[in-house]
Amino acid sequence: MSPVSPVIERGTAISRIAAIAVAVIIALLAIAPQALSAGAIDRMTALFIYVILAAMWNALAGFGGLVSVGQQVFFGLGAYLAIRLADAGLNPFLALFASGIIVGLVSWPLSLVMLRLRNGEFAIGMWVIAALTHLLVNLDRLVQGETGTSLISLNVYDAGTRRVTIYWLALASMSALLAILFGLLRGSTGAAIRAIRDNEDAAASVGVRVTGTKRLLFVLAAFGIGIAGALWLATSITFQPKTYFNVQWTAYMIFMVLVGGIGTFEGAILGAVVFFLIETWFGGTGVWYLVGLGAIAVLFSLFLPRGLWGTIEERFGLRLLPVGYRVTFPGNTPANDGTAPSLEGTTQLQEKA
Amino acid sequence: MSNQIIQGILLGGYYALIACGLSFMFSVMRIINLAHGSLAVLAAYALWFLALRLHVSPFVGLLVVLPLMAAIGWALQRFLLERSARGGALLPILTTFGLAIVIDNMLFEQFGANTRSLAPYIGSLSYDSWEWPGSIYVGKLAVIMFATAVVLLGGLQLFLSRTGLGRAIRATSEDPDTSGLVGVDARRANAVAAAIAMVTVGLAGAFLGMRATFDPYAGAPQLLFAFEAAVIGGAGSLWGTLIGGIVLALAQTLGAQVHPQGFLIGGHAVFLIVLFVRLSMAGLSLRSLLKPPSRSAP
Amino acid sequence: MSFLAVEDLVVRHGLLQAVRGVTFGVERGETLALVGANGAGKTTLLRAIAGAHQPAAGRVLLGDADLTNVPSHKRVGMGIALVPEGRKLFVRMSVEENLLLGRTAGRPGDWSVDKVLEMFPNLKPRRHAKTGHLSGGEQQATAIGRALMSNPDVLLLDEVSLGLSPAIVERVYDALQGLIASGTTIILVEQDLSRALSVSDKVICMLEGRIALAADSKSVSRDDVTKAYFGLHRQKAEPA
Repeated sequence: MSPVSPVIERGTAISRIAAIAVAVIIALLAIAPQALSAGAIDRMTALFIYVILAAMWNALAGFGGLVSVGQQVFFGLGAYLAIRLADAGLNPFLALFASGIIVGLVSWPLSLVMLRLRNGEFAIGMWVIAALTHLLVNLDRLVQGETGTSLISLNVYDAGTRRVTIYWLALASMSALLAILFGLLRGSTGAAIRAIRDNEDAAASVGVRVTGTKRLLFVLAAFGIGIAGALWLATSITFQPKTYFNVQWTAYMIFMVLVGGIGTFEGAILGAVVFFLIETWFGGTGVWYLVGLGAIAVLFSLFLPRGLWGTIEERFGLRLLPVGYRVTFPGNTPANDGTAPSLEGTTQLQEKA
Repeated sequence: MSNQIIQGILLGGYYALIACGLSFMFSVMRIINLAHGSLAVLAAYALWFLALRLHVSPFVGLLVVLPLMAAIGWALQRFLLERSARGGALLPILTTFGLAIVIDNMLFEQFGANTRSLAPYIGSLSYDSWEWPGSIYVGKLAVIMFATAVVLLGGLQLFLSRTGLGRAIRATSEDPDTSGLVGVDARRANAVAAAIAMVTVGLAGAFLGMRATFDPYAGAPQLLFAFEAAVIGGAGSLWGTLIGGIVLALAQTLGAQVHPQGFLIGGHAVFLIVLFVRLSMAGLSLRSLLKPPSRSAP
Repeated sequence: MSFLAVEDLVVRHGLLQAVRGVTFGVERGETLALVGANGAGKTTLLRAIAGAHQPAAGRVLLGDADLTNVPSHKRVGMGIALVPEGRKLFVRMSVEENLLLGRTAGRPGDWSVDKVLEMFPNLKPRRHAKTGHLSGGEQQATAIGRALMSNPDVLLLDEVSLGLSPAIVERVYDALQGLIASGTTIILVEQDLSRALSVSDKVICMLEGRIALAADSKSVSRDDVTKAYFGLHRQKAEPA
């Protein structure tokens, strides 16, 4: 290779540090319950679930270009199927994950129809699916309409064990889902995903499998949100269809991703943390809190559509967990396919999938 | 049974009313306004407030509320949609969804969770009916609603095809850049279109309040009804929305016959069936269900 | 001072400079032909005069008025009309509706649907047909008619003969001769050099976004224009 050829790398020192930091944070979170109060453990569990929701909605909208306002269908379905499976005698903790897998499987045939809708039509079409699923779940005798039911079998575990187990399950689910998404974005699929995000038609014209890639993201998002719904059920025990199939869940997802930075891996996580803090501080103000969330979402979409992380990234060229490639034109650093580089330059090469 | 079918058809008039603004805005600006239903409920609350506090009949109240809705539509386009549409096709979805959340919760904050209705303020109209041959009773309100839908759709059609402003709006929807080059102010045309759409939303909100009850969160189902009617009828002409509304209402009526919970299920189901059939018939190429705007000259 | 003047105009498409500092003027009633190879910046220049592109620098003046920051629809009202490349008709609307749209700016004048149909008799039977269903010649006639309906002082014509058969081109230019005779100021982009020279008073040849040659159409030698067209003009000038 001649000295003038560009160097293609995935990052440098800062992102390698970031990768180590991520491992440390996860390890610390894993042992945290020993030091936390029961209430704090529950709040942290909620945060993990928010991160899952934000990351999954971001995968769909930010990377797949599919804005859905009906993702509550998978949240509700995840909780409902967990109830059903536990009722059929499955261990309640196992039921949570079996439920997520079934939600993922169900989303596959659904994607065959829904992915052929575009933009706003897909968005509301998903909402119709959610509304219909909600009504159908209400018909189940076990659920007793809006009265709802509970994950009774979880009550055999004592409250402390249950709380910590759910905490660990939520932490593990979050880490695993983020790792899957990160892996997807860095692999050959990731190049396809970024190509679609930047220009769908151009991507298709160079041979990117647009629909297949979108389907993958759709199913992943359904699976992840299904798990999130099941975990939420585990923390609250009771299941009321109205609560779980509420469009509010999608509103939260949109808020988190818009504020954090749509289409950036780190942004969704940041957005979830911001949402968590706002909820902790202002959640008690009731309706005004919801008005505020909606208003902030509108303001971000109008004035800061790249969100907090997108803006930071743009301004400082900072990228902690790089999913793309970085191209530089000097001649010193050798190319690596590194695990964690940083300070990404301006150019990201899209490779053909 | 024929009685129910007639009621269903008349209810279709309401759905056509709520749908025509949505599909009109989509065909002109290519934006699906997710705050559509919430704005209809806002109009219903405005009429209810006027009736409760100032004892203004909802029909008279429309004289205030409809211009107000037109102003809201104008402002919506100028300050929200125009800006967010510049950020691509996805951003307006998020902006209008955020707006819907703001409106819904502001209404809740102002008026509480109670369900309201305009029925008490329109006298006997809410329950009066005419007897048609074959001992069929049709509600006067339902007939007025249907007639309003027909007049509105026809008027809109005439406006778009016969007036300069209507032509300007159609030209802008086909090609905003070229419409500027022939002298059309595209921004103004879009704002006028949004204002007109919101007037239809105001009318729909009025009938929503007169024929049924509403609460602060009633906007979401209205949006879904509007979207479903628009897609079912979606061949492109405004009259398609009327057909779509009627089909939706008949499916709901039929659903209610089958099962006590079947009203809404029937509506959603027919929407999905129509969707599925249209997608299979059109093959993989079909990406747009509502009036597909053709921009390129052949 | 010229009736229509362009001063140091620079227009960018993203990073690409399509027009790089162009200055010229047109007198009232004059016909100016813009020639040059594909990509020389002719269309961009014409569209910038019409207001479809915002210039990065420079000015466009009409009489005493500075048009530089005036949006395109207002320029129509001030008397500038463009017949765009590729016609850009509203294909879902009829011939008559397309023509009536030209009226939107509301400038007073003689042009009416009937007068346009008289000028282009082939459009008469197609009056209510959707323009998407017309032949190329009929579409071009509609596009010219639509621009005339705004009663322009300055008519900008972008490659009106493109894609038309020679017989149809002949008919279009016959119609244009009438307009020129009536005193309308015209700037036209034309690929056919002889036609451009024969129909115009002045000719400007563009090369890579700049004016390579500006001359009187009647006195300039065809050879000089051809050289400017291919960029030979400049090379010849340098050693001299």
